[in-house]
Amino acid sequence: MPEIRIPEISAHRPKAATHDRGAAETSLQSDVRRFLLSRGNSAWTDRGFHGLMVLCALSIFGIVGLIVWQLIQRSQLSWHTFGFSFFFHSFMDPVTHTLSFWDPVNSQFSALPFLYGTLVSSFLALAIAVPLAVGVAIFLTEMCPRRLRAPLAFLTELLAAIPSVIYGLWAMFILVPLLRQYVNPRLVDWFGWTGLFNNDNPTGLGFLAAGIILAIMILPIISSLTREVMLAVPQSQREAVLALGATRWEMIRMGVLRNARIGIVGGIILGLGRALGETMAVTMVIGNSPEIHRSLLSNGASMSSVIANEFTEAVSDMHVSALIEIGLALFFVTIIVNAFAQLLVWAVTRGTPAQTR
Amino acid sequence: MISTRFPIRSRLRAVADHAVTGLAVLATLLVVTPLLTIFGYLLYKGASSLNLAFFTKVPAPVGELGGGMANAIVGSAIMLGIASLMGVPIGIGAGVYLAEFGRGTKLAHAVRFTADVLNGVPSIVMGLAIYALIVVPQHHFSGFAGGVALGIMMIPTVCRTTEEMLLMVPHAVREAALGLGVPNWRSVLSITVRTASPGIITGCMLAFARVAGETAPLLFTALGNNYWSTSLNQPISALPLQIYVYALSPYDDWHRLAWAGALVLIVLIVLAVSLVRFVTSRGVLKGTS
Repeated sequence: MPEIRIPEISAHRPKAATHDRGAAETSLQSDVRRFLLSRGNSAWTDRGFHGLMVLCALSIFGIVGLIVWQLIQRSQLSWHTFGFSFFFHSFMDPVTHTLSFWDPVNSQFSALPFLYGTLVSSFLALAIAVPLAVGVAIFLTEMCPRRLRAPLAFLTELLAAIPSVIYGLWAMFILVPLLRQYVNPRLVDWFGWTGLFNNDNPTGLGFLAAGIILAIMILPIISSLTREVMLAVPQSQREAVLALGATRWEMIRMGVLRNARIGIVGGIILGLGRALGETMAVTMVIGNSPEIHRSLLSNGASMSSVIANEFTEAVSDMHVSALIEIGLALFFVTIIVNAFAQLLVWAVTRGTPAQTR
Repeated sequence: MISTRFPIRSRLRAVADHAVTGLAVLATLLVVTPLLTIFGYLLYKGASSLNLAFFTKVPAPVGELGGGMANAIVGSAIMLGIASLMGVPIGIGAGVYLAEFGRGTKLAHAVRFTADVLNGVPSIVMGLAIYALIVVPQHHFSGFAGGVALGIMMIPTVCRTTEEMLLMVPHAVREAALGLGVPNWRSVLSITVRTASPGIITGCMLAFARVAGETAPLLFTALGNNYWSTSLNQPISALPLQIYVYALSPYDDWHRLAWAGALVLIVLIVLAVSLVRFVTSRGVLKGTS
C-alpha cells in the first residue's frame, strides 16, 4: 500500500518545504534557472552513475564467465587424455590386479567413484530430510500454537546459518561415535540381509554418516521453502475443504499439499543442489577412499570431498587437471539442478507477495 | 450422521488425523534435537576450553600444550575485510541497477539469473576457480586470493537483497524527488537507497555471516598458516580453516581448541543473525513496504 506510506516519508522535511515555497515566490525566476542549470550539469553525472551501476551488474557476468573459462582451461589436459570416459571408465591395477578407479601414482583417473559417492550421500540425505522437512512445515503452518511458531522458525533458520565446518566437527565427535557404537551394529543385525549394511568398516565413517549430516544441513532450506509455498496456498482452499467435512489431515492433504506440490518439489531439488555441492562436513565424515561399495556403511568419497582432500597435495599436472575437471562437472550439475528448482519455486510463488518470515 | 452409518471409516479418518499430527510433532522434535545438541555440546566443550590464551597466542608447536588462535582470528578479519570491500559495493551496485535502471529489461533478467547461478556455485568450486585465477599466476597462496574468493561469494546475496529492498520503496518517493528537480543519481543514492538502507545492511550482514564460516574456498587460496602473519602476499590462517585442520588432527588438545574456535565462530554468526532478525522485526523495514 504505497499511497498510505507517502506522508511518513515526505513528512521528514515539512519545514524545508514551506521555507522553499516562500523563497520561490520571491525569486521564482532564478530558482527555475538554477534548477535547469543543475539538471544540465547533472546529465553527465547521471550517465556516469548509470554506467557505473551497469558495470557492477555486468561484472557478475564477468565473474561467472571467468570461473567457467578458467575451469575449462585448466581441465584441458585431463579432458584430452580421458575424454568423456573420464566419468565412467575403470581399469585394472597393475600391481594388485583388482578393479581400480583413481590412481595418482600411475596417472590413472576416473570420476566414477566420486559420482557414485555424491549421488548416494545426497539421495540418502534427501530420503532422511524430505519427510522430516515436510513434517516440520506442516506443523509450523497448520498446527503450531502461535506462540511457538516464531521461535521454532528462528531455530530452523539458525540451523541454516551454522557453518559447514562446525557440522563436520559435531559429526566427527558426536555422530560418528554414536553410529559406530550403537546404530551401525544394529543396522547390520537387522538389515544385513539387504546387502546395504555391511560390517566391514569399524570406524563409523562412511556414506551413512555423510548422508545424515547432509540431511541435517539441507533440512532448513527444504522446510522453509515448503513453508513458504504452503503459506502461499489461499486460506479459502483450506476453508472449502474443511467445510466439506474433512479432518485436518485431509484438509492438509487435499487442500494444501496438493496445491503446493510443485513448489515442494522445487524446494527438494534446491536442497539436492545444496547437498551435491556441500564440502566440508562431508569431507570430514565420508571416509575418503575412492572405492565403490554397495554397503552404506563403507568408506567412500564425493566429488567435493576428493577436491578438498587431494588438491593441495596433488603434484602431477594430470592429477590437478583431473580434480579441476571434477570441479567443472560439479559446477554444471549444481547449476542445472538449481535452475530447475528455481523455475519450479517461481512457478508456484509468483503472483503471491513475498511472505515475511 | 456419517459417524453412525460408517463408524469404522470415520474412526479410521480420525486415527489418521491424530497419527499425522503426532508425526508432524515428532518430525519437529527430531529436527530441533540435533540443533539443541549441537549448540549444547558446542557451549559445553567450547566454554570449558576457551581462555585468554585462545585470543592472544598463536598455535603451539605439535606436542606442546596451550596456544591459541590469535593469528586465525586476525586472518579471518583481514580476509573478511577484503571480501566486504569487494563484495558489498559491487553487490549493491548490481542491485541498484536491477531495481532502478534495468527493471523489466532482458539484461536485468540475465543479470538476475546469473546472480542466482553464482549463488548456487559450490564453494569448493569457487576455491578452485580463484586458485586458477590468482594463485597460479602469482605462484603462491595468499590472503588476498582468499579475500577475493569470499568477496565473490558475497556478491549474489548482497545484490538480490538490495534489489528486493529497493523494490519495496514506493514509487511515489522517487517521483517526489525527481519532481523537486533532484538529479537521478542523487535521488537514487540519497532517497531510494537511504530509505531501503536498513534492509540493505541486513543483506550485507547476512552475506558477511555466511562467508565468515566458509572453509572450502580458503583451502587452496589462503591455505592456512601456523604463524603470525598479516601480509596479504603470504598464506594466512582463518578461523574456520584452523577448526578444520585441528578437528582432523589426532591431538586432544587441538580438538579442544577446535571446539573453542567453533564456539567463537558460532557466537559471531548467531549475533549477526539475531541482530538482523531484531532489526527486521522491529518494523524499521515495514515502514517502507
